[in-house]
Amino acid sequence: MSSDHGHGADFDKHVNAALGVFVALLCLTCVTVKVAYLDLPTHEAIALALVIALVKGGLVAAFFMHLISERKLIFSVLGITVAFFFVLLLVPMSTSILDHVGHLIVVPHAQAAEPAEHAGHAE
Amino acid sequence: MEIPYTVEPRPDTGLTNGKIGIWLFLASEVMLFGGLFAAYIMLRVGATEWPQGRTILNVKLAFTNTLILISSSITVLLAWASLVRRDLGKFKLYMLITILCGFGFLTIKYFEYTHKFELGLFPRKSTFLAIYFTLTGLHGLHVIGGMSVNAYLLGPGSKLYETNPEWFTNRVENAGLFWHLVDLVWIFLFPVLYLL
Amino acid sequence: MEVKDKHAAHAGHAHHDEHHDHHELGFWRKYVFSTDHKVIGIQYGITALCFLFFGFSLMMMMRWQLAFPGKPLPLIGKLFSDAVMPGGIMLPDFYNQLGAMHGTIMVFLGVVPLGVGAFGNFVLPLQIGAPDMAFPRINMASYQAYLIGGVIMLASFFLPGGAAQSGWTSYPPLSDISPGQTSWLVGMVFLITSSLLGSINFIVTTIQLRAKGLTFMRLPFFVWAQFVTSFLLLLAFPPLEAAAILQFMDRVAGSSFFLPSGLVVSGKLAVASGGGSPLLWQHLFWFLAHPEVYVLILPAMGIVAEVIAANTRKPLWGYRAMVYAVVFLGFMSFVVWAHHMFITGMGTVMASFFQTTTMIISIPSVIILTAFFVSLWGGSIRFPTSMLFVLGFLPMFGIGGLTGLPLGLSFPDIHLHDTLYVIGHFHYVVAPGSIFALMGGVYHWFPKATGRRMNETLGKLHFWPTLICMNGIFFPMFIQGLAGMSRRMFDGGETYAHVAQYVHLNKMMSVSAWCMGVAQLPFIFNFFHSIKHGEKVSDNPWNATTLEWDAPSPPPHGNFLKIPEVFRGPYEYSVPGHKTDFFPQSDPARG
Repeated sequence: MSSDHGHGADFDKHVNAALGVFVALLCLTCVTVKVAYLDLPTHEAIALALVIALVKGGLVAAFFMHLISERKLIFSVLGITVAFFFVLLLVPMSTSILDHVGHLIVVPHAQAAEPAEHAGHAE
Repeated sequence: MEIPYTVEPRPDTGLTNGKIGIWLFLASEVMLFGGLFAAYIMLRVGATEWPQGRTILNVKLAFTNTLILISSSITVLLAWASLVRRDLGKFKLYMLITILCGFGFLTIKYFEYTHKFELGLFPRKSTFLAIYFTLTGLHGLHVIGGMSVNAYLLGPGSKLYETNPEWFTNRVENAGLFWHLVDLVWIFLFPVLYLL
Repeated sequence: MEVKDKHAAHAGHAHHDEHHDHHELGFWRKYVFSTDHKVIGIQYGITALCFLFFGFSLMMMMRWQLAFPGKPLPLIGKLFSDAVMPGGIMLPDFYNQLGAMHGTIMVFLGVVPLGVGAFGNFVLPLQIGAPDMAFPRINMASYQAYLIGGVIMLASFFLPGGAAQSGWTSYPPLSDISPGQTSWLVGMVFLITSSLLGSINFIVTTIQLRAKGLTFMRLPFFVWAQFVTSFLLLLAFPPLEAAAILQFMDRVAGSSFFLPSGLVVSGKLAVASGGGSPLLWQHLFWFLAHPEVYVLILPAMGIVAEVIAANTRKPLWGYRAMVYAVVFLGFMSFVVWAHHMFITGMGTVMASFFQTTTMIISIPSVIILTAFFVSLWGGSIRFPTSMLFVLGFLPMFGIGGLTGLPLGLSFPDIHLHDTLYVIGHFHYVVAPGSIFALMGGVYHWFPKATGRRMNETLGKLHFWPTLICMNGIFFPMFIQGLAGMSRRMFDGGETYAHVAQYVHLNKMMSVSAWCMGVAQLPFIFNFFHSIKHGEKVSDNPWNATTLEWDAPSPPPHGNFLKIPEVFRGPYEYSVPGHKTDFFPQSDPARG
C-alpha cells in the first residue's frame, strides 16, 4: 500500500497536511475546554461539544488515517458501520423522543373528541 | 504457501489483505464503543439527576491526556512516514515517542483513578462513576493493547524490515490506524465525560 | 483409478512452486496447532457437534422433568449431586441452569460454530479457488478462543451455585445477582472474540482471494451467505460485548448499570446505587441477538442452495434475486430487534416501527425459500441423504417462518410472548431448519474432506426418525403456547389451570425427544466409521460444478494442484448442447 503513496513530493504534501492537522487538533482541544466553561444550557452544550468532537474526529480520520485518499471499498465498510452505529445510538434516545413525536402523530382523533380543551390553546 | 495480496495490493480492489482487515476490526471497535456510548445516553436520559463531569473529574489531567494522545497520533504517523522514506532510524525514534506518550497517558490515568478511590469514588457509588470507569477503563485497555503492538513493531517485529521493508511498512501503517482509533475514541470520551 | 492418479500427480507437483512447503509438519503442528483452514474447519466441526449433542442431552434431561415433574430421573439421576438433583429429582434452580445453558450452548457453541466455523472455514476458500484463508494464524486463534470459551461455559456447571441460570437471554436484574453468570460473561467474551476474528478473515478472504474470473455474481450462493453472515457477526456482536462488560461490572464491581433504583430482592432493598435500566441490557442484547438468528439460518440456506443445485441437475432459480434478498436481509436484520421487546411498555410508535420492519424482513426470506422450491420444478432429482435433509428443511423452515409472523406483529405478540409458541417457532427454524441443512452439508461434503462417502442406509435411518421426532417435539408447542402456557416453567405448566388440557402433551413431546436422541446414533457411528471404511469415491462424486470439487479429496495443503480460473457461473447444469449435464466453473472449454 505504501507504493500508492510513493516517496515523492505528493507524499511530503500529505505528511505536511497531517502536521497542519496536528496543530489544528491542539487548538480545537483548547476550544473544546473553553466552550465548556461558557456554561451554555445543557442541550446547546452537548450539541456544540459533539460538533467540535466530530470536526476533530473527522480530521483524524481524514488525514491521520488517510481516509481522504482511501479506496471506495473501505468507505463502503465504514458507511455501513456508521449507519448501524447511529441506529445503535438511537436506541436509548428513542424511548423518550419517539414518544414525544408519537404524541403528535397518534393523537389527532382524540383532539377532535375534546374541542373544549383546544379552545383554550392559542392555536 | 504464500497467501496472495499480503504485501502487494490486489489490482481490482487496490488494497492489501491487512488494510481491509484492520478497517474491519476498527469497524467492530466503533460498534463496541458505540454500545457503551448508547448505554451512557440511555442512563443519562433516564436519570433524575446527573452530575456535571467537571465537578467530579479532573479536567486539567484529562486535557493534558488529550494533548498527549493527539501528539502520539502524529508521531505514529511520522513513524510510518519514515518507513515509507526508508529511514529506519527515524521510524524507531518516532515509534519510541509514541510508546512513551502511551505511558504518559496511562500514568496520568493511574493518578486519576487512585485519587478517585482515595475519595471513596468507586463504580458502585453512582451510574455516572460506573460508566466513567467502564468507558475510560476499556479505552485504557485499548491503549495498553496498542502500546504492546507498537512495542513489538519497535522491537522484535522490526527485523522484518531487513527482508521485506514493504510488508513491515504496511504493518506499521495498520498498527497506526488502530492507534488513531484509540485517539479518536478519546476525542469523544473527553468532552462527554469530563465537560458535559 | 482416478484417485490414485491424482495422488501420483500430487507427488510430482509437491514442490512445484512453494519453497516454503519444505518440511513435513509434526503431529502437533499438523492436527492441533494447524493454520490450514481445512484442519481448522474439521476441528470446529467435531467440537461443535460434540457441543450440539451435549446441549441436546441437557434438553433430554429437562424433558424428563417436563413430562414427569417431581419424579426421579431413572438410571442417571443418581449420578448428580444432592445439590442439584437430590434423590434424582431435579431442583428448579438446576432446571434453570439446564435451560439457560441449553440455549447458550446450542446457539453459541453448536449451530453457529458448525455453520460458520466448520462449513465456512472448510468450504469457502475451496469454493473461491483460494489456497487458504487470508489470515491463517488468526484463523487458528479464532478456533482456540472458541474452544476456551466453550470449556469455560461447560466448566461453570461445577462452580458452587452452578452454571448460569437466567436464560440464554440473561435479563437483569436476575442475571446481575444469580450464580454462574460471571463465567457465562467471561465465556461469551472469548466466543465473541473468536467470532470477530473469524468474520474479519471471511470478509477479507472473500474480497481478496477469489480466483481469476470469479466475479461476485459468479460466487456460489453459499459464499454470499457466509459473506453477509460475517458482516452481521462483525457489527452486531460488539454491542453485546459492551453489554457483557457492563453486566460484569455490575456483578464484580457492584455498579448499577442494570439495577433500577429502589430494587427489592427477597424483601430487602438492594444494596446498590440504582439508576440503572434493565431495558438497557435488553436493547444491547437483542441488537446482537436478532442478527444472530440470521447468522443461524444464513449458512444453512447457503448449504441448501449447493445441495439442491447438485441434486436437481439444473441451475438454481432466481440466483440474482436470492443474492439481493440475502444482502437486503442482512441490512434489515439490524433494525428489527425490538420485536423481542414488545411487552416492555414501549409506546405505539416504537412498536409500529419495529413491527413494520419485521414484516418487511420476511420478504427476502420468502424470496429465498420460494427460489429453493421453484428450483426443484422440472429437475432430475436425486435423493442421497444430503438431499433428504435439505428437502426436509424446506417445509420445516416454512412452518418456522410462518409461525414467526404473529410474533412479529405487536398485538398478537401480547398474547404469545414468552409462551411455548415462541419456543415452537424458533425451534422449527433452528432445529428441523438450520440443523437439518447442516446435517445435509455433512453428508454432502464428507466425500470432499475424506475421499469417502457416508453410508446411505444409515443416513436414511438417521433422517426419517429425526424428521418425525422433530415434529413430535415442536408442533404441540404451538398448541400449548396458544393456550397460554408460559415458557421456562420447570413443572411444565402443571400448576396452571388455563393450560391443564394441554399439559399431557409434554409426555409425547418428551418421548419424541428421547427417540430423536436415539436416532442420532446411526449418524455418529456412520460419521466415524466412514472416515476409514466408507466407500471410496472420486473427487467429484456428485458431479457438481463449483470449484471445491476440482480439488483432490481430501485437498492437500494449498488446496489446488493448479490455480483455478473461472469461466462461468456456479450452477451451469444441463446446459443445452453440452456433452455432460454439468459444466464446471473452471472448465475452460467453450460449449
